[in-house]
Amino acid sequence: MTPETAILVAIGIPLVGALAIALAGRISPNLREAATAVTSLSLIWVVWGLLPLLMDGGRPSVEVSQVMPGLSIAFAVEPLGMLFAALASGLWLINSVYSVGYMRGNKEQNQTRFFACFALALSATIGVAFAGNLFTLFLFYELLTLSTYPLVAHKGDAATVRSARIYLGVLLSTSIGLFLPAIIWTYSIAGTGDFTTGGILAGKLNDPEIGLLLGLFVFGIGKAAMMPVHKWLPAAMVAPTPVSALLHAVAVVKAGVFTITKIIVYIFGIDFLFEASSSQWLVYAAAFTIITASLVALRQTNIKRLLAYSTIAQLSYVIMAAAILKPLAEVGAAVHMVAHAFGKITLFFAAGAIYVASKKTEIHQLRGIGRRMPWTMAAFTIGSLSMIGVPPTAGFVSKWYILAGAFQANNLVAVFTIIASTVLNAAYFLPILYMVWFEREKEAGKEHGEAPFLVVLALCLTALLTLAFFLFNGPVIDLESQVVKGLG
Amino acid sequence: MDLLTHLPALQVVVPMLSAPLIVLLQPRGLAWAGATAVAVLSFAIAVALAIAVLDGQTIEYAMGGWPAPYGIALSVDAFSALVLLVITGAAAAALLAAKPSIDQQIEVERQPLFYSAWLLVLSGLVGIVVSADAFNIFVFMEISSLASYILIAGGPNRRALPAVFKYLMMGTIGATFYLIGVGLIYMMTGTLNLADMEARIGDVTDINPILVAAGFITIGLALKAAVFPLHVWVPNAYTHAPHMVTVFLAACATKVALYVLIRFDYMVFQGKLDDHEIQFAMFVMPLAILGILIASAVAMFEGHIKRLLASSSIAQIGYILLGVSFVSMAGLSASAMHIFNHALAKGGLFLAVACLAYRYRDLRLNQLGGASARMPWTCAAFVVCGLSLIGVPGTAGFISKWMLIGAALETGPWGWGLVAIILISSLMAVVYIWRIVEALYFQAPIEGDAPMSEAPVQLLLVTGLVALMNIYFGLFPHVPLELANSAAALLLEGSR
Repeated sequence: MTPETAILVAIGIPLVGALAIALAGRISPNLREAATAVTSLSLIWVVWGLLPLLMDGGRPSVEVSQVMPGLSIAFAVEPLGMLFAALASGLWLINSVYSVGYMRGNKEQNQTRFFACFALALSATIGVAFAGNLFTLFLFYELLTLSTYPLVAHKGDAATVRSARIYLGVLLSTSIGLFLPAIIWTYSIAGTGDFTTGGILAGKLNDPEIGLLLGLFVFGIGKAAMMPVHKWLPAAMVAPTPVSALLHAVAVVKAGVFTITKIIVYIFGIDFLFEASSSQWLVYAAAFTIITASLVALRQTNIKRLLAYSTIAQLSYVIMAAAILKPLAEVGAAVHMVAHAFGKITLFFAAGAIYVASKKTEIHQLRGIGRRMPWTMAAFTIGSLSMIGVPPTAGFVSKWYILAGAFQANNLVAVFTIIASTVLNAAYFLPILYMVWFEREKEAGKEHGEAPFLVVLALCLTALLTLAFFLFNGPVIDLESQVVKGLG
Repeated sequence: MDLLTHLPALQVVVPMLSAPLIVLLQPRGLAWAGATAVAVLSFAIAVALAIAVLDGQTIEYAMGGWPAPYGIALSVDAFSALVLLVITGAAAAALLAAKPSIDQQIEVERQPLFYSAWLLVLSGLVGIVVSADAFNIFVFMEISSLASYILIAGGPNRRALPAVFKYLMMGTIGATFYLIGVGLIYMMTGTLNLADMEARIGDVTDINPILVAAGFITIGLALKAAVFPLHVWVPNAYTHAPHMVTVFLAACATKVALYVLIRFDYMVFQGKLDDHEIQFAMFVMPLAILGILIASAVAMFEGHIKRLLASSSIAQIGYILLGVSFVSMAGLSASAMHIFNHALAKGGLFLAVACLAYRYRDLRLNQLGGASARMPWTCAAFVVCGLSLIGVPGTAGFISKWMLIGAALETGPWGWGLVAIILISSLMAVVYIWRIVEALYFQAPIEGDAPMSEAPVQLLLVTGLVALMNIYFGLFPHVPLELANSAAALLLEGSR
């Protein structure tokens, strides 16, 4: 298989898989789960098969259709997209293992629709990751919104549908109202939307407009959940936990920050943007989101909502890192996407495991639960420490790089924000850890032990990844350093 | 005899002469088969014509060999070929799917008459498009209108009768206005042939009657085309017509009137009357914008699925007019493209509605609960066509919206305002399409409903095919795009 066909096959596999899952679901649940497993394994095989080529500096690309002059559907794989696709496809496998345990353990309805839409969402994610120009990216970005809507609205009762409406409304209206005009603007001044090393806007746009266009992009990409367009993320927590874990900690939200990073690096160009005074606001806006979301997270009583606000803060880390506009910080942005993904998916897995085993959803109910569910809570602890950025976890690595980038740029706002938010993260995670391990259960509640085996297996795997990434992050850094080679 | 050279004539003659013959096909099912065969043949002729004019040339045809100013002239260029494709394609697709739905809605003994009227509408509409003569356009307009009154009133729904009466009144006023205008021009120029009119209108010394004529013709055709605020006949007519008739007429009927409006104005008036372009733009653009915004807003609050889609059609006509009002190459090709793409999207939506209507008696949104479980394919097709109507990338609807936005940006500093209007109305489309999607997918079924299954395969296949075409033409729009670009170039050339 040539790399060019591999790109198309990678997008096609989950599509075919969605169909196979839908058909297999009519025959038996076991066959359906087998279809999911085969699909995600073959997706990993194809996507990860591209890695060696990318490490050697290859940039495979393929054009599918020239829709109109200057407007084409094309794919091009570069380090950022490669990393994102490898991350999403790899975690999908673990998440599928978890989903089977979770959905069966909870006896959820419409499981076939659930697994089919999940595959569809993955196809859209890979499309976003491999998109070669803004138009293609937008196409898959919208597809990702639409394919995840049924997953958010899964339960189907009035409150869920209301939340799902917020989800869809915010994401669609920002993308059509701000993101699309930004794309149109870009095409109209640059004549192209291809992701090009060094950017395509240099010399074509002047100062106040640069900041405006950047604003249209950043707030138009609602998936990045920058305040004030973050409301959809807490709303999306009504979805079953595997959806929150993979989509609202990894695929969907990372698609947002990934898109912003990609636009900063390949549309604006970091040097061009660094020179423009009107782009400086982005660091402040991201810093504001980090601090505010962390403060809001402090006040949450529901586990998943707390994790949602923590995600909002962590996403803005990536945006802030990208907005520092220095090579080390760009690497930090990419690394943080991975580091946060491992940690946060572990936390969500743990929250779901608690729900399956005990139906508990609130933080105050967690007193002493560490004794009943030692594996789950150990993983939860590792995830929390990674969020705070304590070594030896993945979160430390990315914070290190972002801080290094901030010093490189002499950006004291960013430095201060990282320190302050680390304190805040510790302030909302450490009390939970204390409660879990050192307090006693108040009244004798329902007797329960660990969650189903598959659930525990999945969350232990991701916790291990969180630890392993601290030690074995070399390949990722090598790959992402290619993005900024020869810059700054 | 070389058949190819006679295609413009055959395009009209085949359905027209078959119409009376269909009445004779009394045995069950035969009338449908005959009418469908004729519609498919017409579509094939339209495809052949489109291929012939793809490179931008114009086919002129003189009926009976009489040369143009005296005899009846027909002409087909890229613009007419595009509209012919839409008309015949809509007629053929609707008829191919129609049998189960028509059998359910119209008594067997009246069916031959019904199909005969259908073919008359078809021949009238294509006749309007191929005519190169202002009076023949009027004649064909009357043929298609009268026959379409029959189609709309032909269903079992008695509320169709007042609806059709309103349509008849408005339609007749529109046609009369048009005729008055044509009469005035004839008085001043002594010709009815459009090309001839264009040549002679410059020599007219007293320009006032021509100005009055331009007013009458524009208003008359705007009535026929359901341009806001002359659209009041549309919602009822579409809602109460038999479902398959709605598919056919919603896809193409008003667009044919728009076609004449555009053709007449660009060919005869523009470039010949002082400042006509500006007057035209200043007259049409506000109506287009109001239509887009108000009709979309109305659609957001409609409770009946057919009325909702009918309101959306009025907004979409606004898009087409908006492009026309730019009087630019980009604007005109965007409009021509939207004629094609909107026919695909709206035709597909109404086909899906026809599938739903085959099982659901009541098409109000709050009655459609549980449809997605019972009719998954229908609902999937509806979603795809709905996305195309919204203009989501990857679907046909995106292409024309993208072109329209590009054309709006060319108009100068006001362009961003127009872009904002287009985007706001797209968001409104999200709202009204999503109301239907939620009703189909997330609303609980009504208690005590009889169990239902998917629509008949025949209906479903065509619906699915049209839905797929919405995606195909979103990814590979080259053929309609080329036609639209040639059409725009020809129209602008004609306006000089």
